[in-house]
Amino acid sequence: MARSKINGRMSRGKTTFSGWRRENGRVGVRNHVIILPLDDLSNAAAESVANNIKGTLALPHAYGRLQFGADLELFFRTLIGTGSNPNVAAVVVIGIEDGWTKRIVDGIKKTGKPVTGFGIEGTGDIMTVAKASRVAKDYLQWASELPREECDVSELWVSTKCGESDTTTGLASCPTVGNMYDKLIPKGVYGVFGETSEITGAEHLAKARAASPKIGEKWYRVWKAYEDEVIQAHKTDDLSESQPTKGNIAGGLTTIEEKALGNLEKIGRKCTYIDVLQPAEAPRKGAGLYYMDTSSAAAECVTLMAAAGYVVHTFPTGQGNVIGNPIVPVIKISGNPRTVRTMSEHIDVDVSGILRRDMTIPEAGDALIDMIMRTANGRLTAAESLGHREFVLTKLYRSA
Amino acid sequence: MGSPHLLVHHKKDTVGVVVIEGLEAGTNMLCVVTANNSSFRLKAKMDVPIGHKIALTDIKSGDTVWKYGQDIGKAVAKIGKGEHVHVHNLKTKRW
Repeated sequence: MARSKINGRMSRGKTTFSGWRRENGRVGVRNHVIILPLDDLSNAAAESVANNIKGTLALPHAYGRLQFGADLELFFRTLIGTGSNPNVAAVVVIGIEDGWTKRIVDGIKKTGKPVTGFGIEGTGDIMTVAKASRVAKDYLQWASELPREECDVSELWVSTKCGESDTTTGLASCPTVGNMYDKLIPKGVYGVFGETSEITGAEHLAKARAASPKIGEKWYRVWKAYEDEVIQAHKTDDLSESQPTKGNIAGGLTTIEEKALGNLEKIGRKCTYIDVLQPAEAPRKGAGLYYMDTSSAAAECVTLMAAAGYVVHTFPTGQGNVIGNPIVPVIKISGNPRTVRTMSEHIDVDVSGILRRDMTIPEAGDALIDMIMRTANGRLTAAESLGHREFVLTKLYRSA
Repeated sequence: MGSPHLLVHHKKDTVGVVVIEGLEAGTNMLCVVTANNSSFRLKAKMDVPIGHKIALTDIKSGDTVWKYGQDIGKAVAKIGKGEHVHVHNLKTKRW
């Protein structure tokens, strides 16, 4: 088949997709069986199980020991939320001990999906892997027969966060996402944006985009707390090439204000956000756009949004961020013609025509919606095809 | 009208973004303001990479630089019309 034919398949105008309706009513666009380690010590066993049972997916990570307080709560919220995401059919949890393992299992169990936990202490890795592999095999075969059903676009939860931004993201790929939200949020889609540090310079505009002054004040308190407690407390002279990053600067972005103004183009012209979420907190006020207090680091942010229940991620990039996520398809959009040419294998939606003025932003928004529907129908994203499965937990402070 | 060399977000802006690769000094750039689709010409004073900014007007050291119709920082050196604007002559007002 000609390459143009392979890449050119369209579903334009289609507003339904085939998804998996889970026990709690939510709809997933993927059907993963995951092997979730409670802690860093359990990564080896989890990866062994995923190696034994082909088609399951281990989610190794670096934390889960000696955390406490709000940091521990965020840890549990993220792991339980990841297992609860509707893109996940069933979960095997493996932890070093039974207590916290059970806490994760019980949290995921509330969705009604199959979940079993295993503790390593008193059993050892080898026996744990054997027992967990049997359960993982049963889950995988069960999940492989789950039927898909036709679902309306309004069943989608679509998150956004941009990365390796440059000046083209503010001109093209971020407004493309904004146009998509302006069109899909009124249809009943859940949206979310975040990146608290990266609103600096556009905080007056972000505050004004709240659905009410009260929500705007709630947003401002979150932004100000980060500014005061983290940035002012730890900064060197100017965040030392972290905001903007080295990549941002190479791409032509000079200041955090400029970066923030481009970033905020992702929420379009009409949407207002209806609530402000803690990291990994599931939205509870119905369909609409939400703000989540997140880091601007790509993998951390996407991991938190996935843990809140979002099933498709839209990711504008300028210089070419390659991020993916283990359970959520990450759709890359770029308007930078050089990136589209030199890193074509990473880009799902090319909107570089906006810079040439031969593509309008509403046309780009339609192209993105089309790609969201195709992705929801099962098209693998560039990041999925390339094996990008970045699962990165956010840590609030040092462990005990 | 052909493809633009430079895009400007807002009519209030004092910088625009190079949107073609390999822009050379001396190019009589076609500049388009995306907010209202108006266009004008400006001569590039230096080679500037795609994605980088060019001053639309003479900017004095200490002046606020405008993009998106918003304050994106202050000039820390004198910048001539048509010259490259980046970390060597523009700084955040935060942090």
